[in-house]
Amino acid sequence: MGCTARRNFSESDRHMLESIFREIILEHYRKPRNKGVLENPTVTVSMRNPMCGDEIDLMLAIEDGQIQAVGFTGQGCSISQASVSMMTQGVSGRSVDEALDLEKRFVALMRDDEGASDDRKLGDLSALQGVAKLPVRIKCALLGWNALDEAIKAHKKSPTGAMGEKLEFEDLTELPAGFDPTTHKDDLP
Amino acid sequence: MPAELAESPLNMAVVRAEFPILDQQVHGHRLVYLDSAASSQRPAVVIRTIAEYYAKDHANVHRGAYELSVRATRRYEAARGKVARFLGAGRADEVVFTRSTTESINLVSMAWGRANLRPGDVVVVTEMEHHSNLVPWQMVCEMTGAEIRAIKVTDDQCLDLDHLDALLSEGNVRLVATGHVSNAVGTIHPVEEIARRAHGVGALYLIDGAQGAPQLPIDVRAIDCDFYTFSGHKACGPTGIGVLWGRRELLESMPPYQGGGEMIEEVRIERSTYAPVPHKFEAGTPNIAGAIGLGAAVDFLQSLGLETIHAHEKRIARLVLERLADEFKSITLYGPAPGVARGGVVSFTLADIHPHDLATILDHEGVAIRAGHHCCQPLMRRLGVAATARASFYLYNAEDDLEVLVSGLHRAQELFGI
Repeated sequence: MGCTARRNFSESDRHMLESIFREIILEHYRKPRNKGVLENPTVTVSMRNPMCGDEIDLMLAIEDGQIQAVGFTGQGCSISQASVSMMTQGVSGRSVDEALDLEKRFVALMRDDEGASDDRKLGDLSALQGVAKLPVRIKCALLGWNALDEAIKAHKKSPTGAMGEKLEFEDLTELPAGFDPTTHKDDLP
Repeated sequence: MPAELAESPLNMAVVRAEFPILDQQVHGHRLVYLDSAASSQRPAVVIRTIAEYYAKDHANVHRGAYELSVRATRRYEAARGKVARFLGAGRADEVVFTRSTTESINLVSMAWGRANLRPGDVVVVTEMEHHSNLVPWQMVCEMTGAEIRAIKVTDDQCLDLDHLDALLSEGNVRLVATGHVSNAVGTIHPVEEIARRAHGVGALYLIDGAQGAPQLPIDVRAIDCDFYTFSGHKACGPTGIGVLWGRRELLESMPPYQGGGEMIEEVRIERSTYAPVPHKFEAGTPNIAGAIGLGAAVDFLQSLGLETIHAHEKRIARLVLERLADEFKSITLYGPAPGVARGGVVSFTLADIHPHDLATILDHEGVAIRAGHHCCQPLMRRLGVAATARASFYLYNAEDDLEVLVSGLHRAQELFGI
């Protein structure tokens, strides 16, 4: 037992962390896209993770099934903020169905599904694939997507929107459906 | 032993050897456990005591007419005596075994609070309480029409005692409830002084000692509080066991908290009479093994000496604060300045790295810290942050752990391009 001023880091850990805290993620964390209050949204969803305090207000302006504009406010860790920033880029100008398709692809990436890491439609979002190796952080990456999912559900119920009304959600699940930490493949011996 | 460790009043090699869990690798590195404020680890003697109790002495306690039950009862009640001595209590029957600090506080808020609080009465808490010493009071205030007020926190996260005086002078204060040591920022509160002021207006004083009992010598009679609560699992004991100490006449005057077996004297269909304290508050089969394990834990802490543990905590906290401040330009340290009374908890944020990202990166260096609001959302709001990173150093942590933390924080800065 003694003091070591500087430690050696094992190669696998070095690689693991570098695969998560990649430059592009930090770039989105520090300069998030579409961050700010959206004027005249048709749907606004607030999604909070009460366990860690991360929160996102997601605002969408949907017209004729097209996401015309998107904005978000909130705060949280690099993973949650980068993920929502990239998500807004990915869904802006797309149809609601295209946005749901992207969500499905992103969830597959987080579940480390076969072939998901080669899915070109994910674009920059593929940079988050390292998070799939960290079950406790998957929720962070999905926070904004859960907000998107609720927003689209609300939109489908009431396509003209309830302008100004904010729908509030708490993300209380330990992990989203399909992620059982006891059966997550990386956790198996 | 390295010279720099020689200064600690604890023999670190000997202390660490008592904690089998520390002897392991996490992500290829020695485990550096800096989350004892959430739950401490257990010495081998506690683990052994529980295993031996189950292997040799277990039966249900009280009124058993056979040797094994007599033995289990004797061990359970002996643990109560050990806890009473640990707290400086005059008598063992002032110690109630509960599940946790949280349950102890709920017991007082429900049993004492519902019987005594009236509309217009005031319960005083603090802005820096753990939710478990806040929410139970909110609940009983809602039931009784009493009101809740919070002592303000100063800019260096101490309690503003002038504000306490102002609250007390407004009248109708029936009870003051504060922590002993802040779980979020480490402040040690002047509990004797708070007791004096609370009693000055005829209010009772309850202390949440979850962070106090593990690291400070406790003497409830010298403090002159009315209730003291703590949890086993933060004080080297088992999970699922907690303690409520209360002044005997208060416990006797309070109605029961839960009904059932163990807590009765005579039961008829319409009504029952209750057992004397402390059993009146221990409905159902208690956590016998937990109590006996806690007895072993307080013996262990006393064998090291609570004064010695406190001196170790004070020293390591000062070293951590000074080292982190020296090493990192962009660190923000919360809590009182070095030198002011504080425990082994150090709360901080580093540059623009979110505390959860810090925790993930440190985990990969084998370092376990906590990130979040630490169950103190009002304090976090007061500090203007959503979360902090918290490293809590306990009796088995020393400078070598600090150095691993420092190098892990350098690694975090490197990953974040700082």
